[in-house]
Formats: sequence, C-alpha cells, structure tokens
Amino acid sequence: MTQLALVIDLNVCVGCHACVTSCKQWNSSGAAGPMTDDMPYGKDPTGTFFNRVQTYEVGTFPFTETVHFPKSCLHCEDAPCVPVCPTGASHKREKDGIVLVDYDKCIGCGYCSWACPYGAREFDEHEKVMKKCTLCVDRIYDDALPESERRPACVIACPTSARLYGDIHDPNSIVSLAIRESGGYQLMPELGTQPANHYLPRHKTKQHIHEDELVRVDNPLKKEGPLPIDEEGPFLEDSTSW
Amino acid sequence: MNPAFSVVFLTTLIGTGQGLFIALFSGQYYAFLQHVPPQPAAFYGAGSMIALAFLIAGLVASFFHLGHPERAWRAATQWRTSWLSREVIVLPAFMFVVFLYGILHYFNVDPHVFGTAAIPEFGLTMVVGAVGVAVCFGLFVCTAMIYACLKFLQEWHSPLTVVNYTLLGMASGFTLGTAFASQQNSTLLGFFAAWSVILTLVALLTRGAALIRNYRLKHKSTLQTAIGVRHANIQQKSQGAMGGSFNTREFFHGKTATFIKSIKWIFLVTVFPIPVALVLTGLYGGHHELFAVAFVVQYLGLIAERWFFFAQARHPQNLYYQTV
Repeated sequence: MTQLALVIDLNVCVGCHACVTSCKQWNSSGAAGPMTDDMPYGKDPTGTFFNRVQTYEVGTFPFTETVHFPKSCLHCEDAPCVPVCPTGASHKREKDGIVLVDYDKCIGCGYCSWACPYGAREFDEHEKVMKKCTLCVDRIYDDALPESERRPACVIACPTSARLYGDIHDPNSIVSLAIRESGGYQLMPELGTQPANHYLPRHKTKQHIHEDELVRVDNPLKKEGPLPIDEEGPFLEDSTSW
Repeated sequence: MNPAFSVVFLTTLIGTGQGLFIALFSGQYYAFLQHVPPQPAAFYGAGSMIALAFLIAGLVASFFHLGHPERAWRAATQWRTSWLSREVIVLPAFMFVVFLYGILHYFNVDPHVFGTAAIPEFGLTMVVGAVGVAVCFGLFVCTAMIYACLKFLQEWHSPLTVVNYTLLGMASGFTLGTAFASQQNSTLLGFFAAWSVILTLVALLTRGAALIRNYRLKHKSTLQTAIGVRHANIQQKSQGAMGGSFNTREFFHGKTATFIKSIKWIFLVTVFPIPVALVLTGLYGGHHELFAVAFVVQYLGLIAERWFFFAQARHPQNLYYQTV
C-alpha cells in the first residue's frame, strides 16, 4: 500500500513562507480553488490556507533557538476526521492514502474540524465548505507536467529543500530514509492518529577539536612556524636536520 | 471551543421535545397500568404537537449551522461510522413517530392491536408510543455521542455526556409537561411535577459529576508533543496568520475566565434549584402560573449550560495558537 506524505526538516526550514504562497497560488488556480480571502490588503487580513508556517522560540535568553514550524494536513493513517463526516465528503484514498474533501458533497457542518486534533482543516467562509491540504493531488498525477514537477507545490518551492515528498510505506523512498536516519517523528503521537507526515528534528552541527589538534606537538620537518630560538645560541641541530 | 448557538438551540430544543414526549407517554403508560387517572385523547394530541414544535424548532436551528443546508440530505449516508449521520436519520424518524402518536390521539384512532382477557388490551397509540420512546432514547444517544465520541476533546469524551444530555432533556421536558398539565387542568399535574423534580435533582448529580471530572482533567497533549520539541520553555512568536484564521475563530470562545465561571454558576442555579423550588411552590402553594415560569427559567438555564459545555472543551489544536 502506498502512503504519500511530506517530511519536513525543521533543521533547515528558514521560515520564508515560500511553501505557503506557492500552495496558495497553485491551489487557488487548481482543482481545489478558489481559496477565498477577506481583506487581503486590509488591516486584519484573513483567508483560507492549506499550509501555514508558525514560529516558536525555544529556551530562555540567551540560550534560545528559533524554530519555524510549517503546519498542514498530516494525512493521518488513522484519520479521525474521516469516520465522523456525515456525508462521506471527507475521505482517505485507498490508492495513495491522501485525505481529501469532496467539495461537492461537503455540507459545511465543521464536524471534521472538531475531530482533527491538529487544526489542519480550514472552513472557507465564502465557499461554505471545509478545505484542507490535498497534497497537490491534481498535480502529482498530471502527465502533462514534466516528471520533476509532479510534486506538491510547496515541495518544489522550498528553497532549502526542507520539504521531502514520497511514499512512507516504501522503505527505500527518500522520505523513509530521512525518517529512519534523521530521527523523523510524528506530531502528538500520544493520540494514535498515526500522522503520515513526519518532521525531522533540529540538530546542532558540532565538531570536537582536541587540544593536540590546535597545537602540534611534533614538527619533525620544522616546516611550520618559526624555528625555536635557543637562548644559549645556535646548535648544529638548528641549522641541519637529518 | 467557540459555542455555536445553532447547536446550542438544536440540542436544548430537541431535548425538551424528547422529554415532553417521554412525559406524555409515561402518563399514558401509568394510566394504562391504572396508577394515574386516564387523560382525554386530546391531551396527548395537543401535548405531542407541542413536542413536535420543539423538535421542528431544533431542526430549523441546526440548519443555521450548515454551510450548505441544501445538501443536508447527504448527511444520512454515513450512518455506519458517523454519529452525526445517525442523528440526521433518527431525528426525522422520531419526529414522524411523535406526529403519528399525536395525530392518532387527536382523531382518537386507537384500535386494539394486542391483548387477551388475561393481559390488558393494548391500543395502537400504546404501540406507537413505545416505539417512540425507543427512538427517543436512541436520539438522545446519537445527539450526545456526536460530542462524546471525539476522544481528543477529553472534556466531552465521557459516558457522562450521554447521561447529562438525556437527563437534562427529560428534566426540561417534564417541567414543560407540568406547565402543560396545569394549563389543561390535567390530573397528571402531580405526576409530571414529581418527575420533573426527581429528574432535575438527578441531573444535578450527574452534571456536577461531569464538572468535577472536567475540573480534574489532565490533557494528554502539550505544546511539546504538538511540535515535537522537548523544552519546558517554548514561546510562540507567530501563528501563520495576521488577522486570525478559522483555527482562531472556531476553537476559542474569546471570553474571560470570570465570564465562563459566571456562566457556570448561572446555569447551576437556573437549571436546578430555581425550577425545583418553583415547581414545588406551584404544586403545594397552588400557584399554577409558576410552572410555566419554572420551565422558562430552566430552558434559559439550559442554554447557558449548553454554551458552557461547548466553551469548556479545550481543543488540542489550540496548542498551536498559544497567543490567542
């Protein structure tokens, strides 16, 4: 079975919001569109987004660290939003595990958003239906696009390649590899929703330099640094070396 | 959660309608067992129409909750998994049974369908009423399970939710039944009043138990598990939206802790002691106009109770919106 998912590397995400804007652009003009906004250039702009980037500060000054946290639907393997839907509009595809909303069936009751612990769904105030990340389902299977572009818009847009995309059920996929080798984790694992999307943790790049690597104890050819000056005057060993 | 008044009215109105139907049928059943004097058929007919009016009002209120009410019929399709879908089926079914029960009584159509010389004879209205009671309790379960089945909303995920919806609906229904019986000069007045007091007091116990449970509740998820960073001190600096989003509007009530606390005490006083005192005063003091007052006070209190029920639930997604 296939379970397509994103793996988001918090270690390299710089919080540029390129994934947010590219998502909005593609999905506004794609099959899921439009994603309506209110007062986009006004005082309190608000609207429908599938993806948002939040920022957290971890620690107490001066030992703080900024974590940029992209947040979208996690396409849970045991998606709590699906069984509660009274119309069947909210569904999980057998084929690839993508959780989708059929906008023509959705009655806009909002029950699925209550069932989702991650707040991944957003109600479109103008279309009056529930919307969420589609993993660019109208893009990843589009044969008209070159193969390199058959990936979610956010993945293509990310300038630091913080977003990986692939099948987490394939043990050799780029995402499985990243989860396995870079400590990929799930959000709120205690709830048992089995999110398909994983996050890679922050890690500090550290290098241990020992003292003997800074000061050379041996210098057999005396090639590096000035030759030692002996107070008692030159010896034969200072001018010759064999 | 941000309480939606459409849902507040839906659950309280249909609860009262269901309670009133239970009251009417229990009156007929007790009369059948010859514990209380029998009532004229028109009494049940008129009472059922009042119950039906409450159910219709609740149904109308529910439509205001939907983005696309014209597609509401689709909500009946997923009854295998969704309690909301089950409610969508059971509510109209119950309304139909109440209508049938009322209309049979109104036209006094009550042919004998069961019974021998040894067993008391059963009329058609008794059969329809018994079916109605079963459907009515099914509706209580469906309505409450919509909330109780959401295991991440820990305040709701408890059998007490189902118990409270049932008992509070029945209490308000019996209080309304008392007012109705006094208006009709019915001999069922004392019967309804006694059950109204009993149900209200039992509901106080179970609702109090739910309050205590939620007070002591420990939430499973924290900001640490929400973003997967292990540090005691995490501050949110941006939420990914400037003017708020669906997430900040739907899941936060935006009221102060004092306001919430005052709502709690308002409903604790208006749903339980005041109606009980009014019903008892009306019954023993002969002030029959107090029964209607008791119902109005209790119903208004139930609106506050339901509002508090929604506002008290802290959705785990709120962890991602620390600065609201």
